[in-house]
Amino acid sequence: MLRVQGVHLWRGDRHVLRNVTFDATPGRCVLLTGRNGAGKTTLLRAIAGLLEPEEGQVTWRGVATRATRDVFHAELAYLGHEPPLKGDLSGRENLRFSVGIRRAVTTAEIDAALARTGAEPFASLAVRLLSAGQRRRIALAGVVLANAALWLLDEPTTNLDAEGQQLVADLIAEQLGRSGLVVAAVHHPLPLPAELVDELTVGTA
Amino acid sequence: MKTTALAAAKLVAVRDLRLAFRKPSQLLQPLMFFMIVATLFPLTLTPELSRLRDAAPGVLWIGALLSSLLALEFLFRDDAVDGTLEQFALSGQSLTWMLFAKTCTHWLLTGLPLALSAPLAALALGVPVAALGSMVAALALGSFALSLVGAICAGLTLGARRGGVLLSLLTLPLSVPILVFGSDATRHAIAGTEIAGPMYMLGAIAVLGVTLAPLAAAAAVRIGLE
Repeated sequence: MLRVQGVHLWRGDRHVLRNVTFDATPGRCVLLTGRNGAGKTTLLRAIAGLLEPEEGQVTWRGVATRATRDVFHAELAYLGHEPPLKGDLSGRENLRFSVGIRRAVTTAEIDAALARTGAEPFASLAVRLLSAGQRRRIALAGVVLANAALWLLDEPTTNLDAEGQQLVADLIAEQLGRSGLVVAAVHHPLPLPAELVDELTVGTA
Repeated sequence: MKTTALAAAKLVAVRDLRLAFRKPSQLLQPLMFFMIVATLFPLTLTPELSRLRDAAPGVLWIGALLSSLLALEFLFRDDAVDGTLEQFALSGQSLTWMLFAKTCTHWLLTGLPLALSAPLAALALGVPVAALGSMVAALALGSFALSLVGAICAGLTLGARRGGVLLSLLTLPLSVPILVFGSDATRHAIAGTEIAGPMYMLGAIAVLGVTLAPLAAAAAVRIGLE
């Protein structure tokens, strides 16, 4: 459903992505691995459409994402290095706005997602008062709430404790169970069933 | 159910208003700057009211322009730093509408308070009371146009380090027409003559800004996010 075809991308003088090609199918998770600076984040940003590849293309449901950007983005949840949260708003308020601009969302749904990611006890505090791990849990609730078919996750377990890492794996498994797709950049293997995972090493080609 | 473009824009505006009231210092800074510039002038120039009155349009408009430049830096920067702007761009909603909402909110929080507090500074500069209404109207319209023009430049400088200097360099030449017609309107208001001409020009610039600036700002922000 998501197809990355022959993507080449330069950052300044560096040829970061060299002919990256892979398919992601519903119910399967593509784990991007590779050393620091190999281009995992660049690849995720290129798939999301935040970076324009110099060559090659990304297609979603058979259509180039560049041509139907808004349609593609409506089905996409992207979580980058830093949780995209406003420090002066509470976790709950953050979700009401960030999910609200995508779809109509109820307070009950937000509370359920916060409970699912273990973020409920601190969801009413201003985000700037929270630890990095607590922020990540709130951001993960946002990903769950987006109801998106495709998740692009960049180091989703950063700053999380062991239980949090299991939570990320469980959330991904649930997303795959809904026939969703996940593309995640990781440094440490996620505790996921091996048959659900395709591994792609970035930066060796 | 997918949120409509207008509902999403409204949410962005509500969010920005709420954030602004949680951190009022950022709002007060440009306003304080304007008041300080405008009230220091009578002390340094001359106590003679007739001469102060001649200088008033220039002082008020340059103060307004510099203060709006100061405020422009905050228009997209915070959202770009914490990643929420990126999420706007990836929300599947029209970035144009969302940035238009942001720009209007920005004007509500910086340009409009500036226009409304300008009479205080204007009185110190010897502007007759009868001219205050027209002056406020001209400043309100002019600062709105400045916000719109500035939004494009703020988007373009997102990716640049030390974007502040670049932002001023980009915005200043584009804001010259606003400065010229705005101060002209104020001069006419002080002289008690017809201000319609320059006001129409300011209005035309604002309309042009409303039509084109959000589109250009959205394109600029997408480039800036790269």
